[in-house]
Amino acid sequence: MKRPGRDEDPDRLYTVTGGRSRSNSDAFDLVTLVVSESQPTPGMQSEHASILRICSSPTAVVEIASDLNLPVSIVRILLGDLHAAGRITARHPRTTATAADRLPDPEILKQVLVGLRNL
Amino acid sequence: MDSATSDLTGTRPPLHSTAANGLKIVIVGGFGVGKTTMVRSVSDIRPLNTEETMTRAGEGVDDTTNVESKTTTTIAFDFGRISLNDTTVLYLFGAPGQERFWFLWDRLFTGTLGAVVLVDTRRLVDSWYAIDRLEQHGMPFIVARNDFGGPHYSAEEVREALDLSEDVPLIECDARSRESSKEVLITLVNHLYRLSSSARENAP
Repeated sequence: MKRPGRDEDPDRLYTVTGGRSRSNSDAFDLVTLVVSESQPTPGMQSEHASILRICSSPTAVVEIASDLNLPVSIVRILLGDLHAAGRITARHPRTTATAADRLPDPEILKQVLVGLRNL
Repeated sequence: MDSATSDLTGTRPPLHSTAANGLKIVIVGGFGVGKTTMVRSVSDIRPLNTEETMTRAGEGVDDTTNVESKTTTTIAFDFGRISLNDTTVLYLFGAPGQERFWFLWDRLFTGTLGAVVLVDTRRLVDSWYAIDRLEQHGMPFIVARNDFGGPHYSAEEVREALDLSEDVPLIECDARSRESSKEVLITLVNHLYRLSSSARENAP
């Protein structure tokens, strides 16, 4: 007997990723913007095809997860597949001037302030 | 846009094709404190929802079995989006401040510019934990008091109840108002700017 859970059926998630539960790297930030570089092809896994359609304009990882109704970690695995196949490109966030900086680059913060004031 | 795409993305307008830099700000607060309301007030899009799961091994191991127990943590969060210019997009996340959420902080919110702790003065205790954890993570934040009517406490009283240091900005807001929520974000980014510029001046 299994207690009915409210969460997504784990079997489905297992199938979507071909049994993988973690991605090789954390290359995809929540706000990495993903852009498709090719059209979906016949026979392609449906989640991969959906991502290519969604990312015809730049779309953040977290938006893709929301659209597909899948956990972010699963979407990262799917994106890794597409990236390895050269079907998407990723625009990663840049917040600091150097990797050692703990705080965001003042120049980027200035841009954010201007943007917020113009809202 | 073809119909297959709009089925997936709803009515969300696409980002500019030159969009290249996604930034994050997190709004943390207890249940019902107005996080989603604030995201909705300033977002270009209707707030979306997603979740992340994390499986941890060895928590609460049951000695009577030899099976390693695993616990799965699921955290749901809301988010919205503001296009700041042709290349920069700010994502706002509304995140629950409860204990299990912090297990996922590093995985989800590394690289966050800063945080807003949204508080309800009727339930200040709810935000103690979030403030502790942000301090531990070295994540700069401000505190915004969402006005729910209720009894009025002075800024000093709130600051004292939260044990907030003098250099953390504390402001009042109405999360339903776009102008007020915008002001909260501007206060946070101004605070970050001051911290970041003074860190550079003091750098060797």
